[in-house]
Amino acid sequence: MKRNVLFLLIALLSTLLLSVSCGGNQATDDASGKRDASQTQRQSITIKGSDTMVHLVSTWAEAFMEKNPDIDVSVTGGGSGTGIAALLNGTTDICAASRKIKDKETQLAEQKEITPVEKIVARDGIAVITNPENPVTELTLGQLKDIFTGTCTSWDGVGGQSENIVILSRENNSGTYVFFQKKVLQKEDYAGSARLMPATSAIVQSVTDDKWSIGYVGLGFALSAGEKVTVIKVKTSDDSEGVTPSEATVRSGDYPIARPLHLYTNGEPSGAVKSFIDFCISAEGQTIVQETGYVPAG
Amino acid sequence: MKHRWKDKAIRLAFTALASTSILVVVLIFLFLGKEAFGFIFEPGLKELLNTRWIPVSFKRETFGIIPLITGSALVTLWATLIAVPISILSAVYISEFAGDREKEILKPVIELLAGIPSVVLGFFGLIVLAPIVKQAFGLSTGLIALTGAILLAFMAIPTMVSIAEDAIRSTPKSFRNASLALGASRLQTTWKVIVPAALPGIVAAVMLGMGRVIGETMAVMMVTGNAAIITGSPLESVRTLTATIAAEMGEVPFGSTHYQALFCVGIVLLITTFFINFIAQKVLERHRDVT
Repeated sequence: MKRNVLFLLIALLSTLLLSVSCGGNQATDDASGKRDASQTQRQSITIKGSDTMVHLVSTWAEAFMEKNPDIDVSVTGGGSGTGIAALLNGTTDICAASRKIKDKETQLAEQKEITPVEKIVARDGIAVITNPENPVTELTLGQLKDIFTGTCTSWDGVGGQSENIVILSRENNSGTYVFFQKKVLQKEDYAGSARLMPATSAIVQSVTDDKWSIGYVGLGFALSAGEKVTVIKVKTSDDSEGVTPSEATVRSGDYPIARPLHLYTNGEPSGAVKSFIDFCISAEGQTIVQETGYVPAG
Repeated sequence: MKHRWKDKAIRLAFTALASTSILVVVLIFLFLGKEAFGFIFEPGLKELLNTRWIPVSFKRETFGIIPLITGSALVTLWATLIAVPISILSAVYISEFAGDREKEILKPVIELLAGIPSVVLGFFGLIVLAPIVKQAFGLSTGLIALTGAILLAFMAIPTMVSIAEDAIRSTPKSFRNASLALGASRLQTTWKVIVPAALPGIVAAVMLGMGRVIGETMAVMMVTGNAAIITGSPLESVRTLTATIAAEMGEVPFGSTHYQALFCVGIVLLITTFFINFIAQKVLERHRDVT
Protein backbone atom coordinates (compact mmCIF):
# COMPACT_ATOMS: atom_id res chain seq x y z
CA MET A 1 0.00 0.00 0.00
CA LYS A 2 2.63 2.45 1.10
CA ARG A 3 4.80 1.40 -1.74
CA ASN A 4 2.00 2.24 -4.15
CA VAL A 5 1.69 5.72 -2.75
CA LEU A 6 5.40 6.22 -3.12
CA PHE A 7 5.30 5.12 -6.71
CA LEU A 8 2.42 7.40 -7.40
CA LEU A 9 4.31 10.26 -5.87
CA ILE A 10 7.39 9.59 -7.93
CA ALA A 11 5.31 9.30 -11.04
CA LEU A 12 3.58 12.59 -10.30
CA LEU A 13 6.81 14.40 -9.59
CA SER A 14 8.50 13.11 -12.69
CA THR A 15 5.59 14.12 -14.91
CA LEU A 16 5.70 17.54 -13.33
CA LEU A 17 9.43 17.85 -13.95
CA LEU A 18 9.05 16.55 -17.46
CA SER A 19 6.31 18.98 -18.32
CA VAL A 20 8.24 21.87 -16.80
CA SER A 21 11.36 21.04 -18.76
CA CYS A 22 9.40 20.51 -21.97
CA GLY A 23 7.61 23.80 -21.51
CA GLY A 24 10.91 25.50 -20.96
CA ASN A 25 12.36 24.07 -24.12
CA GLN A 26 9.45 25.20 -26.15
CA ALA A 27 9.72 28.76 -24.95
CA THR A 28 13.38 29.05 -25.85
CA ASP A 29 12.79 27.36 -29.18
CA ASP A 30 10.60 30.20 -30.23
CA ALA A 31 13.01 32.94 -29.35
CA SER A 32 16.74 32.45 -29.37
CA GLY A 33 17.24 28.71 -29.28
CA LYS A 34 16.15 28.07 -32.83
CA ARG A 35 18.41 30.64 -34.33
CA ASP A 36 21.40 29.67 -32.20
CA ALA A 37 21.09 26.07 -33.21
CA SER A 38 20.69 26.80 -36.88
CA GLN A 39 23.56 29.26 -37.11
CA THR A 40 26.01 26.45 -36.65
CA GLN A 41 24.49 24.27 -39.36
CA ARG A 42 22.14 26.14 -41.65
CA GLN A 43 21.10 29.71 -41.90
CA SER A 44 17.50 30.55 -41.36
CA ILE A 45 15.41 33.65 -41.79
CA THR A 46 12.03 34.24 -40.21
CA ILE A 47 9.59 36.62 -41.82
CA LYS A 48 6.45 37.67 -40.05
CA GLY A 49 3.71 40.20 -40.64
CA SER A 50 1.13 41.32 -43.14
CA ASP A 51 -1.45 38.78 -44.19
CA THR A 52 -1.83 40.66 -47.45
CA MET A 53 1.80 39.93 -48.25
CA VAL A 54 1.95 36.32 -47.09
CA HIS A 55 1.25 34.95 -50.56
CA LEU A 56 3.90 37.18 -52.15
CA VAL A 57 6.52 36.65 -49.47
CA SER A 58 6.12 32.90 -49.41
CA THR A 59 6.44 32.74 -53.20
CA TRP A 60 9.62 34.77 -52.88
CA ALA A 61 10.81 32.47 -50.14
CA GLU A 62 10.24 29.36 -52.25
CA ALA A 63 12.12 30.76 -55.23
CA PHE A 64 14.87 32.05 -52.96
CA MET A 65 15.32 28.72 -51.18
CA GLU A 66 15.58 26.96 -54.51
CA LYS A 67 18.52 29.18 -55.41
CA ASN A 68 20.04 29.09 -51.92
CA PRO A 69 19.49 25.59 -50.57
CA ASP A 70 21.50 26.30 -47.41
CA ILE A 71 19.15 29.02 -46.21
CA ASP A 72 15.78 28.25 -44.65
CA VAL A 73 13.10 30.90 -44.90
CA SER A 74 9.98 30.59 -42.79
CA VAL A 75 7.04 32.87 -43.44
CA THR A 76 4.08 33.58 -41.15
CA GLY A 77 1.24 36.08 -41.32
CA GLY A 78 -0.76 37.57 -38.49
CA GLY A 79 -1.05 41.18 -39.59
CA SER A 80 1.36 44.06 -40.03
CA GLY A 81 0.98 45.09 -36.40
CA THR A 82 1.84 41.60 -35.26
CA GLY A 83 4.91 41.61 -37.51
CA ILE A 84 6.15 44.95 -36.24
CA ALA A 85 5.59 43.86 -32.64
CA ALA A 86 7.63 40.74 -33.41
CA LEU A 87 10.42 42.82 -34.93
CA LEU A 88 10.49 45.02 -31.82
CA ASN A 89 10.57 41.96 -29.58
CA GLY A 90 13.36 40.44 -31.64
CA THR A 91 11.40 37.33 -32.55
CA THR A 92 11.58 37.85 -36.31
CA ASP A 93 14.38 38.80 -38.71
CA ILE A 94 12.21 40.52 -41.25
CA CYS A 95 8.81 42.10 -40.79
CA ALA A 96 6.48 42.33 -43.75
CA ALA A 97 4.20 45.32 -43.37
CA SER A 98 1.46 46.63 -45.60
CA ARG A 99 1.55 49.97 -43.78
CA LYS A 100 4.29 52.30 -42.64
CA ILE A 101 5.54 51.93 -39.10
CA LYS A 102 3.59 54.21 -36.73
CA ASP A 103 5.19 56.95 -34.64
CA LYS A 104 4.21 55.10 -31.48
CA GLU A 105 6.01 52.02 -32.71
CA THR A 106 9.11 53.99 -33.69
CA GLN A 107 9.26 55.41 -30.17
CA LEU A 108 8.91 51.94 -28.74
CA ALA A 109 11.66 50.72 -31.06
CA GLU A 110 13.98 53.44 -29.75
CA GLN A 111 13.33 52.32 -26.19
CA LYS A 112 14.19 48.77 -27.14
CA GLU A 113 17.25 49.92 -29.11
CA ILE A 114 15.95 48.60 -32.38
CA THR A 115 16.28 50.60 -35.56
CA PRO A 116 13.67 49.54 -38.10
CA VAL A 117 14.98 49.94 -41.64
CA GLU A 118 12.34 50.20 -44.32
CA LYS A 119 12.42 48.88 -47.86
CA ILE A 120 9.55 49.24 -50.33
CA VAL A 121 9.40 45.93 -52.19
CA ALA A 122 6.12 46.14 -54.06
CA ARG A 123 2.86 48.03 -54.39
CA ASP A 124 -0.64 46.80 -53.81
CA GLY A 125 -4.07 47.96 -54.79
CA ILE A 126 -6.94 47.34 -52.39
CA ALA A 127 -9.83 45.93 -54.36
CA VAL A 128 -13.37 46.37 -53.14
CA ILE A 129 -15.28 43.20 -53.85
CA THR A 130 -18.94 42.23 -53.93
CA ASN A 131 -20.94 39.18 -54.86
CA PRO A 132 -21.37 38.67 -58.65
CA GLU A 133 -25.14 38.63 -58.22
CA ASN A 134 -25.11 42.18 -56.94
CA PRO A 135 -25.87 44.56 -59.85
CA VAL A 136 -23.70 47.35 -58.41
CA THR A 137 -20.33 47.46 -60.21
CA GLU A 138 -19.17 51.04 -59.69
CA LEU A 139 -18.84 53.11 -56.54
CA THR A 140 -17.32 56.49 -55.77
CA LEU A 141 -14.89 56.96 -52.90
CA GLY A 142 -17.62 58.97 -51.16
CA GLN A 143 -20.11 56.13 -51.48
CA LEU A 144 -17.54 53.66 -50.17
CA LYS A 145 -17.00 55.91 -47.19
CA ASP A 146 -20.75 56.10 -46.53
CA ILE A 147 -21.06 52.32 -46.76
CA PHE A 148 -18.17 51.47 -44.48
CA THR A 149 -18.94 54.13 -41.89
CA GLY A 150 -22.53 52.93 -41.76
CA THR A 151 -24.14 56.12 -43.10
CA CYS A 152 -25.56 54.20 -46.02
CA THR A 153 -27.02 50.86 -44.94
CA SER A 154 -28.95 49.74 -48.01
CA TRP A 155 -27.79 48.98 -51.52
CA ASP A 156 -30.49 51.20 -53.03
CA GLY A 157 -28.63 54.20 -51.60
CA VAL A 158 -25.82 53.53 -54.07
CA GLY A 159 -27.83 52.47 -57.09
CA GLY A 160 -28.62 48.89 -56.21
CA GLN A 161 -31.60 47.00 -54.83
CA SER A 162 -33.16 47.66 -51.48
CA GLU A 163 -31.22 45.08 -49.53
CA ASN A 164 -29.20 45.63 -46.38
CA ILE A 165 -25.47 45.97 -46.88
CA VAL A 166 -23.31 43.45 -45.02
CA ILE A 167 -20.00 45.14 -44.33
CA LEU A 168 -16.95 42.91 -44.13
CA SER A 169 -13.72 44.31 -42.79
CA ARG A 170 -10.39 42.94 -41.68
CA GLU A 171 -9.58 42.68 -37.96
CA ASN A 172 -8.15 45.82 -36.40
CA ASN A 173 -4.64 44.34 -36.24
CA SER A 174 -4.49 44.45 -40.02
CA GLY A 175 -2.46 46.99 -41.95
CA THR A 176 -5.18 46.93 -44.59
CA TYR A 177 -7.78 47.89 -41.95
CA VAL A 178 -5.82 50.99 -40.97
CA PHE A 179 -4.95 51.91 -44.55
CA PHE A 180 -8.54 51.60 -45.72
CA GLN A 181 -9.72 53.61 -42.72
CA LYS A 182 -7.27 56.37 -43.56
CA LYS A 183 -7.73 56.43 -47.30
CA VAL A 184 -11.40 55.63 -47.83
CA LEU A 185 -13.07 56.36 -44.51
CA GLN A 186 -11.08 59.58 -44.16
CA LYS A 187 -10.12 58.54 -40.63
CA GLU A 188 -13.74 58.05 -39.56
CA ASP A 189 -14.63 54.95 -37.54
CA TYR A 190 -15.96 51.81 -39.17
CA ALA A 191 -19.65 51.07 -38.69
CA GLY A 192 -20.37 49.14 -35.51
CA SER A 193 -22.12 46.47 -37.54
CA ALA A 194 -19.04 45.84 -39.69
CA ARG A 195 -18.02 42.21 -39.39
CA LEU A 196 -14.35 41.89 -38.59
CA MET A 197 -12.93 38.85 -40.31
CA PRO A 198 -9.80 37.18 -39.01
CA ALA A 199 -8.27 36.68 -42.46
CA THR A 200 -8.45 37.90 -46.04
CA SER A 201 -9.51 34.47 -47.26
CA ALA A 202 -12.46 34.60 -44.87
CA ILE A 203 -13.59 37.85 -46.51
CA VAL A 204 -13.39 36.33 -49.99
CA GLN A 205 -15.25 33.27 -48.72
CA SER A 206 -18.03 35.36 -47.18
CA VAL A 207 -18.40 37.58 -50.23
CA THR A 208 -18.84 34.53 -52.45
CA ASP A 209 -21.46 33.17 -50.03
CA ASP A 210 -23.36 36.28 -49.10
CA LYS A 211 -25.17 38.08 -51.90
CA TRP A 212 -25.33 41.52 -50.30
CA SER A 213 -21.94 41.77 -48.70
CA ILE A 214 -19.06 44.08 -49.53
CA GLY A 215 -15.45 43.72 -48.46
CA TYR A 216 -11.95 44.88 -49.28
CA VAL A 217 -8.96 42.69 -50.00
CA GLY A 218 -5.51 42.97 -51.56
CA LEU A 219 -5.59 43.05 -55.37
CA GLY A 220 -3.80 39.69 -55.60
CA PHE A 221 -6.54 37.97 -53.61
CA ALA A 222 -9.29 39.62 -55.64
CA LEU A 223 -7.72 38.50 -58.93
CA SER A 224 -7.14 34.94 -57.78
CA ALA A 225 -10.78 34.75 -56.65
CA GLY A 226 -11.65 35.30 -60.33
CA GLU A 227 -15.31 34.88 -61.26
CA LYS A 228 -16.44 34.27 -57.70
CA VAL A 229 -16.41 37.98 -56.85
CA THR A 230 -17.05 41.28 -58.60
CA VAL A 231 -14.20 43.74 -58.36
CA ILE A 232 -15.80 47.16 -57.98
CA LYS A 233 -14.72 50.00 -60.26
CA VAL A 234 -13.80 52.94 -58.08
CA LYS A 235 -14.50 56.55 -59.06
CA THR A 236 -12.62 59.37 -57.37
CA SER A 237 -15.54 61.75 -57.86
CA ASP A 238 -19.12 61.58 -59.13
CA ASP A 239 -18.32 62.46 -62.74
CA SER A 240 -14.98 60.69 -63.22
CA GLU A 241 -14.58 57.31 -64.89
CA GLY A 242 -14.67 54.15 -62.78
CA VAL A 243 -11.24 52.58 -62.56
CA THR A 244 -10.72 48.83 -62.24
CA PRO A 245 -7.72 48.02 -60.06
CA SER A 246 -4.96 46.39 -62.08
CA GLU A 247 -1.22 46.48 -62.29
CA ALA A 248 -1.36 49.30 -64.83
CA THR A 249 -3.87 51.48 -62.98
CA VAL A 250 -2.13 51.05 -59.64
CA ARG A 251 1.25 51.89 -61.15
CA SER A 252 -0.07 54.92 -63.01
CA GLY A 253 -1.80 56.13 -59.86
CA ASP A 254 -5.24 56.17 -61.54
CA TYR A 255 -6.62 53.67 -59.06
CA PRO A 256 -6.98 55.62 -55.83
CA ILE A 257 -6.80 52.88 -53.18
CA ALA A 258 -3.19 51.73 -53.47
CA ARG A 259 -0.25 51.61 -51.14
CA PRO A 260 3.38 50.51 -50.93
CA LEU A 261 4.34 47.21 -49.28
CA HIS A 262 7.37 47.18 -47.03
CA LEU A 263 9.91 44.85 -45.53
CA TYR A 264 11.39 46.04 -42.24
CA THR A 265 14.62 44.81 -40.70
CA ASN A 266 16.42 45.68 -37.50
CA GLY A 267 19.32 47.83 -38.71
CA GLU A 268 20.75 47.62 -42.21
CA PRO A 269 20.25 44.07 -43.45
CA SER A 270 23.28 41.82 -43.65
CA GLY A 271 24.10 38.21 -44.51
CA ALA A 272 21.23 35.95 -45.46
CA VAL A 273 18.64 38.63 -44.69
CA LYS A 274 20.33 41.03 -47.07
CA SER A 275 20.56 38.48 -49.85
CA PHE A 276 16.86 37.72 -49.41
CA ILE A 277 15.83 41.36 -49.65
CA ASP A 278 18.16 41.88 -52.60
CA PHE A 279 16.46 38.93 -54.25
CA CYS A 280 13.04 40.50 -53.66
CA ILE A 281 13.91 43.74 -55.41
CA SER A 282 15.88 42.03 -58.19
CA ALA A 283 14.30 41.67 -61.63
CA GLU A 284 13.45 38.05 -60.83
CA GLY A 285 11.84 38.99 -57.54
CA GLN A 286 9.78 41.70 -59.19
CA THR A 287 8.58 39.21 -61.82
CA ILE A 288 7.22 37.16 -58.95
CA VAL A 289 5.48 40.31 -57.70
CA GLN A 290 3.66 40.54 -61.02
CA GLU A 291 2.90 36.83 -61.18
CA THR A 292 1.27 36.87 -57.74
CA GLY A 293 -0.99 39.77 -58.64
CA TYR A 294 0.82 42.65 -56.97
CA VAL A 295 2.46 45.62 -58.59
CA PRO A 296 6.24 46.01 -58.90
CA ALA A 297 7.86 48.61 -56.68
CA GLY A 298 9.77 50.54 -59.34
CA MET B 1 9.05 6.06 13.75
CA LYS B 2 10.52 5.88 10.33
CA HIS B 3 7.12 5.25 8.84
CA ARG B 4 5.65 8.30 10.41
CA TRP B 5 8.42 10.45 8.99
CA LYS B 6 7.77 9.03 5.57
CA ASP B 7 4.06 9.65 5.89
CA LYS B 8 4.69 13.22 6.81
CA ALA B 9 7.02 13.78 3.89
CA ILE B 10 4.56 12.30 1.46
CA ARG B 11 1.75 14.32 2.95
CA LEU B 12 3.79 17.48 2.59
CA ALA B 13 4.65 16.69 -0.99
CA PHE B 14 1.02 16.12 -1.85
CA THR B 15 -0.05 19.34 -0.13
CA ALA B 16 2.60 21.21 -2.10
CA LEU B 17 1.43 19.69 -5.35
CA ALA B 18 -2.18 20.45 -4.58
CA SER B 19 -1.46 24.04 -3.70
CA THR B 20 0.47 24.59 -6.92
CA SER B 21 -2.76 25.13 -8.77
CA ILE B 22 -3.94 27.63 -6.16
CA LEU B 23 -0.64 29.43 -6.50
CA VAL B 24 -1.00 29.50 -10.28
CA VAL B 25 -4.51 30.95 -10.04
CA VAL B 26 -3.37 33.62 -7.60
CA LEU B 27 -0.40 34.49 -9.80
CA ILE B 28 -2.62 34.76 -12.87
CA PHE B 29 -4.92 37.12 -11.00
CA LEU B 30 -1.97 39.21 -9.84
CA PHE B 31 -0.49 39.33 -13.31
CA LEU B 32 -3.75 40.32 -14.99
CA GLY B 33 -4.31 42.94 -12.31
CA LYS B 34 -0.82 44.34 -12.71
CA GLU B 35 -1.10 44.67 -16.48
CA ALA B 36 -4.59 46.19 -16.32
CA PHE B 37 -3.79 48.47 -13.38
CA GLY B 38 -3.03 51.63 -15.36
CA PHE B 39 -6.50 51.57 -16.86
CA ILE B 40 -8.01 52.65 -13.53
CA PHE B 41 -6.37 56.06 -13.78
CA GLU B 42 -6.35 56.67 -17.50
CA PRO B 43 -9.01 56.53 -18.94
CA GLY B 44 -10.72 55.15 -15.80
CA LEU B 45 -12.88 52.11 -15.18
CA LYS B 46 -15.97 54.03 -16.27
CA GLU B 47 -14.67 53.76 -19.82
CA LEU B 48 -15.35 50.03 -19.70
CA LEU B 49 -19.07 50.75 -19.37
CA ASN B 50 -19.08 52.52 -22.71
CA THR B 51 -21.40 50.89 -25.22
CA ARG B 52 -18.92 50.74 -28.06
CA TRP B 53 -15.63 48.92 -28.51
CA ILE B 54 -13.50 50.90 -30.97
CA PRO B 55 -9.88 50.26 -29.99
CA VAL B 56 -8.39 51.53 -33.26
CA SER B 57 -9.58 54.94 -34.29
CA PHE B 58 -8.19 58.16 -35.65
CA LYS B 59 -10.77 60.14 -33.70
CA ARG B 60 -11.45 58.73 -30.26
CA GLU B 61 -10.74 55.23 -29.05
CA THR B 62 -13.43 53.72 -26.85
CA PHE B 63 -13.10 50.59 -24.77
CA GLY B 64 -16.63 49.67 -23.77
CA ILE B 65 -16.77 45.97 -22.97
CA ILE B 66 -20.57 45.80 -22.66
CA PRO B 67 -21.00 44.61 -26.27
CA LEU B 68 -18.31 41.97 -25.71
CA ILE B 69 -20.00 40.70 -22.54
CA THR B 70 -23.43 40.52 -24.16
CA GLY B 71 -21.81 38.81 -27.15
CA SER B 72 -20.21 36.11 -25.03
CA ALA B 73 -23.38 35.70 -22.97
CA LEU B 74 -25.57 35.33 -26.04
CA VAL B 75 -23.36 32.72 -27.67
CA THR B 76 -22.94 30.78 -24.42
CA LEU B 77 -26.66 30.82 -23.68
CA TRP B 78 -27.63 29.45 -27.08
CA ALA B 79 -24.82 26.93 -27.17
CA THR B 80 -25.99 25.62 -23.80
CA LEU B 81 -29.63 25.54 -24.91
CA ILE B 82 -28.62 23.46 -27.92
CA ALA B 83 -26.12 21.20 -26.20
CA VAL B 84 -27.94 20.33 -22.96
CA PRO B 85 -30.92 18.38 -24.30
CA ILE B 86 -28.80 16.51 -26.83
CA SER B 87 -26.13 15.67 -24.27
CA ILE B 88 -28.42 14.53 -21.49
CA LEU B 89 -30.56 12.41 -23.77
CA SER B 90 -27.41 10.88 -25.29
CA ALA B 91 -26.00 10.17 -21.85
CA VAL B 92 -29.23 8.56 -20.68
CA TYR B 93 -29.45 6.48 -23.83
CA ILE B 94 -25.85 5.31 -23.69
CA SER B 95 -25.95 4.32 -20.05
CA GLU B 96 -29.49 2.96 -19.78
CA PHE B 97 -30.71 1.73 -23.12
CA ALA B 98 -27.83 1.11 -25.50
CA GLY B 99 -26.58 -2.43 -25.98
CA ASP B 100 -22.94 -3.26 -25.41
CA ARG B 101 -22.15 -3.07 -29.11
CA GLU B 102 -23.73 0.39 -29.45
CA LYS B 103 -21.91 1.58 -26.36
CA GLU B 104 -18.62 0.45 -27.82
CA ILE B 105 -19.22 2.57 -30.89
CA LEU B 106 -21.05 5.57 -29.41
CA LYS B 107 -18.76 6.48 -26.54
CA PRO B 108 -15.46 6.61 -28.42
CA VAL B 109 -17.02 8.45 -31.36
CA ILE B 110 -18.53 11.11 -29.11
CA GLU B 111 -15.24 11.48 -27.32
CA LEU B 112 -13.50 11.75 -30.66
CA LEU B 113 -15.57 14.88 -31.25
CA ALA B 114 -13.80 16.44 -28.27
CA GLY B 115 -10.48 15.90 -29.96
CA ILE B 116 -11.24 17.92 -33.08
CA PRO B 117 -9.09 21.06 -33.02
CA SER B 118 -11.24 24.17 -32.72
CA VAL B 119 -9.67 25.75 -35.80
CA VAL B 120 -10.82 22.81 -37.86
CA LEU B 121 -14.32 23.14 -36.43
CA GLY B 122 -14.19 26.88 -37.11
CA PHE B 123 -13.21 26.26 -40.70
CA PHE B 124 -16.02 23.75 -41.04
CA GLY B 125 -18.36 26.37 -39.58
CA LEU B 126 -17.23 29.04 -42.01
CA ILE B 127 -17.46 26.90 -45.14
CA VAL B 128 -20.33 24.54 -44.38
CA LEU B 129 -22.41 25.66 -41.42
CA ALA B 130 -22.62 29.41 -42.07
CA PRO B 131 -24.21 29.00 -45.55
CA ILE B 132 -26.70 26.46 -44.14
CA VAL B 133 -27.70 28.77 -41.28
CA LYS B 134 -27.95 31.67 -43.70
CA GLN B 135 -30.34 29.76 -45.93
CA ALA B 136 -32.36 28.28 -43.12
CA PHE B 137 -33.20 31.71 -41.69
CA GLY B 138 -33.17 33.64 -44.97
CA LEU B 139 -30.42 35.98 -43.81
CA SER B 140 -27.94 38.03 -45.76
CA THR B 141 -25.01 36.37 -44.02
CA GLY B 142 -24.40 33.29 -41.90
CA LEU B 143 -21.74 34.94 -39.75
CA ILE B 144 -23.92 35.32 -36.69
CA ALA B 145 -24.09 34.37 -33.03
CA LEU B 146 -26.24 31.33 -33.73
CA THR B 147 -23.65 29.77 -36.05
CA GLY B 148 -21.07 30.20 -33.32
CA ALA B 149 -23.47 28.74 -30.76
CA ILE B 150 -24.09 25.63 -32.87
CA LEU B 151 -20.35 25.07 -33.32
CA LEU B 152 -19.73 25.57 -29.62
CA ALA B 153 -22.52 23.14 -28.82
CA PHE B 154 -20.59 20.56 -30.85
CA MET B 155 -17.59 21.24 -28.67
CA ALA B 156 -19.51 21.11 -25.40
CA ILE B 157 -21.44 17.92 -26.18
CA PRO B 158 -18.55 15.46 -25.66
CA THR B 159 -17.74 16.97 -22.24
CA MET B 160 -21.35 17.00 -21.16
CA VAL B 161 -22.11 13.50 -22.45
CA SER B 162 -19.15 11.74 -20.92
CA ILE B 163 -19.49 13.35 -17.48
CA ALA B 164 -23.27 12.97 -17.38
CA GLU B 165 -22.97 9.38 -18.53
CA ASP B 166 -20.47 8.62 -15.76
CA ALA B 167 -22.82 10.18 -13.24
CA ILE B 168 -25.80 8.17 -14.44
CA ARG B 169 -23.86 4.95 -14.57
CA SER B 170 -22.55 5.39 -11.06
CA THR B 171 -25.96 5.58 -9.44
CA PRO B 172 -26.29 2.58 -7.12
CA LYS B 173 -27.70 -0.59 -8.71
CA SER B 174 -30.03 -0.95 -5.73
CA PHE B 175 -31.99 2.17 -6.82
CA ARG B 176 -32.68 0.64 -10.19
CA ASN B 177 -33.51 -2.78 -8.78
CA ALA B 178 -35.79 -1.35 -6.12
CA SER B 179 -37.69 0.73 -8.63
CA LEU B 180 -38.10 -2.15 -11.06
CA ALA B 181 -39.15 -4.46 -8.23
CA LEU B 182 -41.91 -2.01 -7.30
CA GLY B 183 -43.32 -2.44 -10.74
CA ALA B 184 -42.05 0.76 -12.39
CA SER B 185 -41.31 0.50 -16.09
CA ARG B 186 -37.80 1.02 -17.42
CA LEU B 187 -38.66 4.50 -18.63
CA GLN B 188 -40.21 5.44 -15.30
CA THR B 189 -37.17 4.10 -13.49
CA THR B 190 -34.84 6.11 -15.68
CA TRP B 191 -36.65 9.45 -15.43
CA LYS B 192 -38.04 9.27 -11.91
CA VAL B 193 -35.22 7.49 -10.11
CA ILE B 194 -31.92 7.33 -11.97
CA VAL B 195 -31.76 10.80 -13.49
CA PRO B 196 -32.76 12.63 -10.27
CA ALA B 197 -30.18 10.59 -8.37
CA ALA B 198 -27.51 11.53 -10.88
CA LEU B 199 -28.54 15.18 -11.02
CA PRO B 200 -25.48 16.63 -9.26
CA GLY B 201 -23.25 14.93 -11.80
CA ILE B 202 -25.44 16.14 -14.65
CA VAL B 203 -25.33 19.71 -13.36
CA ALA B 204 -21.56 19.45 -13.09
CA ALA B 205 -21.47 18.18 -16.66
CA VAL B 206 -23.51 21.12 -17.91
CA MET B 207 -21.38 23.61 -16.00
CA LEU B 208 -18.15 22.15 -17.30
CA GLY B 209 -19.57 22.22 -20.80
CA MET B 210 -20.46 25.89 -20.33
CA GLY B 211 -16.95 26.56 -19.11
CA ARG B 212 -15.65 25.11 -22.34
CA VAL B 213 -18.06 27.23 -24.37
CA ILE B 214 -17.28 30.53 -22.70
CA GLY B 215 -13.54 30.05 -22.99
CA GLU B 216 -13.53 28.84 -26.58
CA THR B 217 -11.92 31.26 -28.97
CA MET B 218 -10.87 30.17 -32.40
CA ALA B 219 -14.11 28.65 -33.65
CA VAL B 220 -16.26 31.60 -32.53
CA MET B 221 -13.79 34.07 -33.95
CA MET B 222 -14.16 32.50 -37.37
CA VAL B 223 -17.94 32.36 -37.56
CA THR B 224 -19.60 35.00 -35.38
CA GLY B 225 -18.68 37.96 -37.57
CA ASN B 226 -16.96 39.77 -34.69
CA ALA B 227 -19.00 42.96 -34.93
CA ALA B 228 -19.06 44.55 -31.50
CA ILE B 229 -22.74 45.42 -31.22
CA ILE B 230 -25.12 45.02 -28.29
CA THR B 231 -27.89 42.67 -29.29
CA GLY B 232 -30.15 40.02 -27.83
CA SER B 233 -30.89 38.36 -31.14
CA PRO B 234 -28.95 35.20 -32.02
CA LEU B 235 -29.32 36.16 -35.69
CA GLU B 236 -27.03 39.19 -35.27
CA SER B 237 -23.27 39.26 -35.41
CA VAL B 238 -21.47 39.39 -32.07
CA ARG B 239 -17.92 39.81 -30.82
CA THR B 240 -17.02 37.65 -27.84
CA LEU B 241 -14.58 38.44 -25.02
CA THR B 242 -12.25 35.64 -26.07
CA ALA B 243 -12.23 36.52 -29.76
CA THR B 244 -11.42 40.13 -28.88
CA ILE B 245 -8.37 39.15 -26.87
CA ALA B 246 -7.19 36.67 -29.48
CA ALA B 247 -7.67 39.01 -32.42
CA GLU B 248 -6.16 42.10 -30.88
CA MET B 249 -3.52 40.96 -28.40
CA GLY B 250 -0.89 40.20 -31.01
CA GLU B 251 -0.96 43.71 -32.33
CA VAL B 252 -1.28 46.14 -29.42
CA PRO B 253 1.69 48.26 -28.43
CA PHE B 254 2.94 46.97 -25.07
CA GLY B 255 1.57 48.95 -22.13
CA SER B 256 -0.83 51.09 -24.18
CA THR B 257 -4.40 51.81 -23.08
CA HIS B 258 -5.63 49.26 -25.59
CA TYR B 259 -3.28 46.69 -24.06
CA GLN B 260 -4.58 47.43 -20.58
CA ALA B 261 -8.16 47.27 -21.83
CA LEU B 262 -7.52 43.77 -23.17
CA PHE B 263 -6.28 42.70 -19.76
CA CYS B 264 -9.46 44.13 -18.26
CA VAL B 265 -11.35 41.90 -20.70
CA GLY B 266 -9.25 38.98 -19.47
CA ILE B 267 -10.15 39.75 -15.86
CA VAL B 268 -13.85 39.89 -16.71
CA LEU B 269 -13.55 36.51 -18.43
CA LEU B 270 -11.76 35.00 -15.45
CA ILE B 271 -14.31 36.34 -12.99
CA THR B 272 -17.13 34.96 -15.15
CA THR B 273 -15.70 31.45 -15.19
CA PHE B 274 -15.12 31.66 -11.43
CA PHE B 275 -18.70 32.67 -10.97
CA ILE B 276 -19.98 29.74 -13.05
CA ASN B 277 -17.87 27.28 -11.09
CA PHE B 278 -19.04 28.83 -7.83
CA ILE B 279 -22.69 28.40 -8.80
CA ALA B 280 -22.02 24.81 -9.88
CA GLN B 281 -20.48 24.10 -6.48
CA LYS B 282 -23.45 25.64 -4.67
CA VAL B 283 -25.93 23.59 -6.68
CA LEU B 284 -24.00 20.45 -5.98
CA GLU B 285 -23.80 21.21 -2.26
CA ARG B 286 -27.49 21.95 -1.94
CA HIS B 287 -28.37 18.78 -3.78
CA ARG B 288 -26.08 16.78 -1.53
CA ASP B 289 -27.82 18.26 1.51
CA VAL B 290 -31.24 17.23 0.21
CA THR B 291 -30.39 13.64 -0.54
